[in-house]
Amino acid sequence: MTAKQNSAGKEIDVADLVVLEARNVSKSFGNIHALKAVNFAVHKGKVTTLFGENGAGKSTLMKILSGIIQPSGGEILLDGAAVAFTSSTDARNRGISIIHQELSLAQNLSVRDNIFMGREILKYGQVDFAEEERQTRALMTGLQQDIDPLTKVEDLRLGQQQIVEIARSLSVNSRILIMDEPTSALSATEVELLFKVVEDLKAKDVSIVYISHHLEEALQITDYAVVLRDGAMTAYASRGDIDLEWIVRNMVGENFDLGSPPSGYEMGKVALAIEDLTVPSKGGVAFNVVDHLSLSVRAGEIVCIYGLMGAGRTEMMECVAGRLKSSGGRVLLVGHDVAGLSIAERITSGLSLVPEDRQRDGLVQTMSVGQNLSLASIRTFVKNLFVSHADEVSLIDRSIKQVHIKTSGGKAAIGSLSGGNQQKVVIGKMMATGPKVLLLDEPSRGIDVGAKGEVFKLLAEGAKRGLAVIYSTSEVGECFSVAHRIVVLRRGRISAEFTANTTKEAIMAASGEAMAA
Amino acid sequence: MSEAKSTSTIAAVHAKKFDLGELFLEGRAFLALVVIIAVFSFLSPNYFTLSNFLIMASHVAIYGLLAIGMLLVVLNGGIDLSVGSVLGLSGIVAGYLMKGIELKSFGIILFEPVWVVALLTCLAGAVLGGVNGVLIAYLRVPAFVATLGVMYVARGVALLITNGLTFNSLGGRPELGNTGFDWLGFNRILDVPIGVIVLAALAGLAGLLLSQTAFGRWLYASGGNMRAAELSGVPVKRVQIAVYALSGVCAAIAGLVLSSQLTSAGPTAGTTYELTAIAAVVVGGAALTGGRGTVRGTMLGAFVIGFLSDGLVIIGVSSYWQTVYRSCHRPRGIAQLNSIPRGKKIAAREGLTSFVCE
Repeated sequence: MTAKQNSAGKEIDVADLVVLEARNVSKSFGNIHALKAVNFAVHKGKVTTLFGENGAGKSTLMKILSGIIQPSGGEILLDGAAVAFTSSTDARNRGISIIHQELSLAQNLSVRDNIFMGREILKYGQVDFAEEERQTRALMTGLQQDIDPLTKVEDLRLGQQQIVEIARSLSVNSRILIMDEPTSALSATEVELLFKVVEDLKAKDVSIVYISHHLEEALQITDYAVVLRDGAMTAYASRGDIDLEWIVRNMVGENFDLGSPPSGYEMGKVALAIEDLTVPSKGGVAFNVVDHLSLSVRAGEIVCIYGLMGAGRTEMMECVAGRLKSSGGRVLLVGHDVAGLSIAERITSGLSLVPEDRQRDGLVQTMSVGQNLSLASIRTFVKNLFVSHADEVSLIDRSIKQVHIKTSGGKAAIGSLSGGNQQKVVIGKMMATGPKVLLLDEPSRGIDVGAKGEVFKLLAEGAKRGLAVIYSTSEVGECFSVAHRIVVLRRGRISAEFTANTTKEAIMAASGEAMAA
Repeated sequence: MSEAKSTSTIAAVHAKKFDLGELFLEGRAFLALVVIIAVFSFLSPNYFTLSNFLIMASHVAIYGLLAIGMLLVVLNGGIDLSVGSVLGLSGIVAGYLMKGIELKSFGIILFEPVWVVALLTCLAGAVLGGVNGVLIAYLRVPAFVATLGVMYVARGVALLITNGLTFNSLGGRPELGNTGFDWLGFNRILDVPIGVIVLAALAGLAGLLLSQTAFGRWLYASGGNMRAAELSGVPVKRVQIAVYALSGVCAAIAGLVLSSQLTSAGPTAGTTYELTAIAAVVVGGAALTGGRGTVRGTMLGAFVIGFLSDGLVIIGVSSYWQTVYRSCHRPRGIAQLNSIPRGKKIAAREGLTSFVCE
């Protein structure tokens, strides 16, 4: 650690040269302020880690720094001079590369072809494969990786693919490398390998901006930490001044209020009982994404499931809803085993799922708001073969009122709604089927705080009417909104159960996110 | 979170444009039809006559029937390349049944009444379409590949049954009680050929199916977003099989009408008709990505294409030039639509329609 820290930890010693700096950068999308006057500095040959919950503005900031989007205010300084990137290519030409969470490699091509994709070395009008291969080999030697340039990318492990992405960035002489959640899909040994490469890069004066949800892991390589919350920078310090608790405190804040668990009524009988449920992983690898999980929810109860990515939340819900097959255990809906029932039959008997990705799994973009709302319950208003339009219209109007969708009416295009209202359409669609048990997979994902509050209010209202609700979240603050009970999932198992009186730190510790905290 | 917001507003803008484009497009297809009629009426005195329109309409009926089935498949986000062959095989099945089934062990030949023949032929079409559907829905064969396979199989079976020959004079004999096969192709009600009436009736039924039934909604939903439809309780696989089976039935009906018009059934009938049907659906404003399209548009598309090719015949354009023309506007238009990202599709389709206008 070459940086010296002063006692306050506020001011950073100038010993480390700042190569890239964002000053008072802000970004708004319509009325939403994704970033509010954020200051951010990248130090030469150091790792600057960006912490923050989902929706805190991390990705927006990274997109601005890498030229993918332009800021609405503030300025970017590269080597002390103000710059305005016109595109990500522009930024890359100036030495800034970004490696996205979803790798952008062509799986069917070799490592060599991927590294030189789009800027092949030409010789007499033909691709000079030999030269490309030589350079690739040199890059791999530089990274101390034993990856053959002619291997197809699909034959590499995910960690190695990440290395290929890094090599590609280095081959265009990147001095600043932005890594967005590079470890989220890596095994522990692969993470070690990646961190070794990061250390090597630092030695070569490459500056790294690192984003990760695995706080503890990120701390291993962090030199400087920046914490964002709700689009504003809440803290900035160098490694010596921070620990996990500091990060969590600054990430979560104390001003998070999304309502409280509904009370003043008696909960009913057990509405959903999951017993010993096991779901195998998709790839045929011998491990279970949901591992002998048991959970029961009573009518009127709201249970929050917290866990990291890959903890098995989505798989558990999709299995209960009937999309995934289980390899063991059973699911009882009000005492009846739902095994063998199709998704449609489960919906009819009162078990509905609001899926995680509303664009991919929730909405039909080619249909109107009303048609989306009535889709799941259309069977109930078919009369003599034909759909009863009067019944449908009244259902749509009722749904729009019930879940408070802001729209010009049922005929509006689904794309005309904001993210939060689209989410309410998906919830309204499933509510219209008259469920006894409602599963919601990350209902608050990608919607703003106001809409989050409304969504949770809907859940509370449903519970008061006797609905059993299970919702999942990856934002720890949302566990404290309306849930009576918080269940923490880790590697397909329940690692802890809390009542609403617990602390964020305890939940995060149980999820494996911040074990030492 | 705010990014989601911004993308949704962008989507909203796109959706608006798209709707306008859709409207414009259907208008364009209609305009194209008017222009075609005007131009050919100018070029040939025989074009703008009632009798010619009725003859052309009975030609359109064949393509139109195929296009209705194709529309259902395209709405589902699929494609059915087998309809031309299924049309051919259906004609052969009908011809084979009309010639009588010889039951050697009983020493008799069984002649069925025409309505039984028609029913069995439709059944054959449904089975062939069902094979497509099962291959696609359960065995997860891409629609293009599955229906291409069935296209060759159906054609091969048709050639096998007939040994490459044509079934002639399917008129039937009064003493056998199986006359009336030519009714579909030759008879007229109030001067309107039965084939056109069949088309109108089927178009009406398809329109009802799409706009008034739960099945129609399921079809639009599963074509628009199959995953979302499935999670909303739509029986997506059954819908998928049903649309291919219905497409097969439409092809079988078209086969019946065609062989009845000719009172003969050849094993190579309907070759490349699938492309005409796809063109009609696309010209009619349906999106090959699924979820968008109407029967009305498809009918317009069928008439645009049918009136155009008949017009070319009437003004005496060499059939070689017609082939050149066809090869330009059909597959190219389709290839364009497939390869162009969604936003640009309207432009491509407008290009296609304007090409049709020329």
